[in-house]
Amino acid sequence: MKNKKSVSYSKWGYIFIIPFFVVYIIFNLYPQILTVYNSFFENYRQGLTQVGPNFVGFSNYVALLTPSSEGTIDILRYLGNTMIMWVMGAVPQFLIALILALIFTSSRLNIKGQGVYKSIIYMPNMIMAAAFSMLFFTMFSTVGPVNQVLESMGILDKPIDFISFTLPARSLVAFMNFLMWFGNTTIMLVAGIQGIDESLFEAAKIDGANSWNVFSRITLPLLRPILVYVAITSLIGGLRMFDVPQVLSKGVGMPDRTTFTVVMLLNNYLGTSKNYGMAGAVSVLLFIVTAILSTFVFKFINKKEEK
Amino acid sequence: MDMNERGRIKLIITRFLAYFFVIFTCLLCVLFFAILLINATKTNFQLQNKFSIIPGTNFLVNLKNAWLDASIDIPRGMLNSLIVALTSSLLTTYFSALTAYGIFAYDFKGKKLIFTFILGIMMIPTQVNAVGFIQLAYKYNLTNKLLMLIIPSIAAPAVFFYMIQYLQATLPMELVEAARIDGSGEFKTFNQIVLPIMKPAVAVQLIFAFVESWNNYFMPSLLLTDSTKKTVPIMMFQLRSADYSKFDLGKMYMFILLAVLPVIVVYLIVSKSIIKGVTSGSVKG
Repeated sequence: MKNKKSVSYSKWGYIFIIPFFVVYIIFNLYPQILTVYNSFFENYRQGLTQVGPNFVGFSNYVALLTPSSEGTIDILRYLGNTMIMWVMGAVPQFLIALILALIFTSSRLNIKGQGVYKSIIYMPNMIMAAAFSMLFFTMFSTVGPVNQVLESMGILDKPIDFISFTLPARSLVAFMNFLMWFGNTTIMLVAGIQGIDESLFEAAKIDGANSWNVFSRITLPLLRPILVYVAITSLIGGLRMFDVPQVLSKGVGMPDRTTFTVVMLLNNYLGTSKNYGMAGAVSVLLFIVTAILSTFVFKFINKKEEK
Repeated sequence: MDMNERGRIKLIITRFLAYFFVIFTCLLCVLFFAILLINATKTNFQLQNKFSIIPGTNFLVNLKNAWLDASIDIPRGMLNSLIVALTSSLLTTYFSALTAYGIFAYDFKGKKLIFTFILGIMMIPTQVNAVGFIQLAYKYNLTNKLLMLIIPSIAAPAVFFYMIQYLQATLPMELVEAARIDGSGEFKTFNQIVLPIMKPAVAVQLIFAFVESWNNYFMPSLLLTDSTKKTVPIMMFQLRSADYSKFDLGKMYMFILLAVLPVIVVYLIVSKSIIKGVTSGSVKG
């Protein structure tokens, strides 16, 4: 962006970015403002009667954060579910991705066929999450191949309905997230390690540092910015978790709403009850959390840009 | 045994373990797809009883049953998904490239601010404006219109970011200036000189955008309620909601296979450039 250009062309800059901004304002910004606006109104459908819209101030937010009759604050519970399932998937995702990235970048190991391996581990990321979840539902159902294999090996006497138990249901969601994302993380980390100055590794070798020292003193500290970047983008993605638990649990977050996520709540308010007020409040809270997390990513990208 | 010999044996063992680990993770990724493929060839009776890795012979029957199913119109769904994915990926890549070029090649007031703004909105998920979006769609009678999924793809901050990085790395401004001297108009220069240079970036983003749109579930499911307008991901949920105990499992696997197959076929052809594209969009090493 440092090139010198004649001033007379500057209007073309505006002309070329107009379509982007017109569409952005109509389909993104205006709906975004409407969403915030809605969160201050009572506006829902009850059977055939439409209630509102009536201005209610912060009532929707208060309702959202008020404990239910069982004493739990639902939105926090769903946020908890979302985060538990994200962590269960992200921990193995980062661990295995880091190991794979170290294997792929090691000049000593000199692994052949890396292109093929990378293509294979990235493949699950391309698969439709809704279909992937449906496949897992079928495979882990009482008449699915997993139960059939466990029965024929004599481990089970009768089939287990895995998704009717909290831990297996959450584990399945986490496992699918892990499968879909560890390849992506691996490729990001490989690029990160390859970006480290080669001479640092050579200097360490000359000084007689062993592999562990090289990893803990050079690779890991220099990889940290990228690790943080990938972790936060993964967390932002995790907050939006929807397709997989929605299909796996038929939209109800079974068992007992332990796999119910924040965006599933948003979907319920929007789709079934047409409760725009509450849906607006959920969106605004989700927006605030995402925006805070995004500032870290933003700083990272901006620093890269200025370099 | 001297030091050298010991070092060599150690290296062979580490290398063996490394290959084992890599191949194990690869198998994990392929396993589920293999089961899907195998089970799509079997009859409901075979599937209800015992799992075996030997493929059956019922593939075409399952295909016919799924294709002609009365409640889940999968050909229609695939057509709808294809229309949306093709058009929106074309719009996304073209307009992102145009916007990126507009900011890259010209100096104008507020340019820096606009660039920072687009970066700032990059991470905001579409879910958080869904309320307003759906409300507007109902207000102006635009639900069940595929255009509502196509037009918004013109503004794609992440694709814009990828494109501008590509331009910064590859486009010499001298080329644009030479075109100007030759009397080429600015719009023509973009279409005939800049866009061809950006071909590799456009190709990668076309595929990413196509896949993203094909797999998109949240917004379409809220917008498309008419059964003739539904896209494939919505049908996956319909499949889940159907009475499972009465379902022909062979047909079930076939539905899932049809949902994922187009993307997998495309992926297998172009996976190499996709892998390259994964990193360059977000972080430059």
